[in-house]
Amino acid sequence: MFTEDQIERYSRHIILKEVGGKGQKKLLDGRVMIIGAGGLGSPIALYLAAAGVGTIGIADADVVDLSNLQRQIAHHTKDIGVPKVLSAKEKMEAMNPDVRVNVYHDWVSAANIHGIIKEYDFVIDGTDNFAAKFLINDACVLAGKPYSHGGILQFDGQTITVVPGESPCYRCIFPVPPPKDAIPTCSGAGVIGVLPGVLGTIQATEAIKYLLGKGELLAGRLLTYNALRMRFREVPIRKNPSCPICGESPTITELKDELDALNVCDMPQAKG
Amino acid sequence: MQILVNGETADIGEMSVHQYLESLAIDPQRVAVELNLDILPKGEYGQTLLKDGDRLEIVHFVGGGNKPGKGHKAKG
Repeated sequence: MFTEDQIERYSRHIILKEVGGKGQKKLLDGRVMIIGAGGLGSPIALYLAAAGVGTIGIADADVVDLSNLQRQIAHHTKDIGVPKVLSAKEKMEAMNPDVRVNVYHDWVSAANIHGIIKEYDFVIDGTDNFAAKFLINDACVLAGKPYSHGGILQFDGQTITVVPGESPCYRCIFPVPPPKDAIPTCSGAGVIGVLPGVLGTIQATEAIKYLLGKGELLAGRLLTYNALRMRFREVPIRKNPSCPICGESPTITELKDELDALNVCDMPQAKG
Repeated sequence: MQILVNGETADIGEMSVHQYLESLAIDPQRVAVELNLDILPKGEYGQTLLKDGDRLEIVHFVGGGNKPGKGHKAKG
């Protein structure tokens, strides 16, 4: 069962009736995959590690850049140039030696995502582009894997939890990605540094609740947040019968990369 | 007539969803529109007339921060 150190470390969890020793054991046995080790991925990774989620996967092909440090709090100034997954793993293990961190130093793609998510109980989207967001949705829906969607830009954030087969998915709201360049990016339009902290912490909370089997997930409602107006809203979402992946006659039955949602010059396939 | 837009009341004249988005300078490509709890297919924005008491939710795409030139990457 627990060591004395674990009883002390997790004591504030264990005294919660919704957690208790049983719940803490579920967290230690839990497996969560985080896709993206940046703004959203940082607080998600750190809080899940602190909570004692026993196995945490983290995927990202990027390296730490000076311009990341205003918000990507798993990375420190000394980490510039280091792969984000290794920088994050180092902080997570330093925070909690109970946690096993599996790193995937790669971008997710239609070819690799199934293999990356299949061993995990819950998946978290901490990515920053629509190609990855739609791919994660599709992979999780097809695999029946619950996941948390999150997005941030400037002062706005949104998040929803998808339980395939039970609750609406991202494509129930947005059937197809936006046209290339229709949506500004954080690098082009900016993002307030605390924003991913707010959204990522909510996403981590969903993973913890899912592992515990307690409370109500953020399913069937899109939570939107505006930091300037300091306003949270919930938009009720129903399953969309014409959803291309979880509707009545789905047109998406296998994974493909949404190349239109990438800049052509950026596609990994176009390089080299 | 009065409709409810993202939880706030708005007084508008007779118009379609497309015209309403236009009046707000919102590019239909950048949003999803939910009318009375159902997502409205984009092809129906033009022909769908708003009615008194309609409840409209306009949800923007919120993606994130990938830099031009870096592509398929994780949250920036």
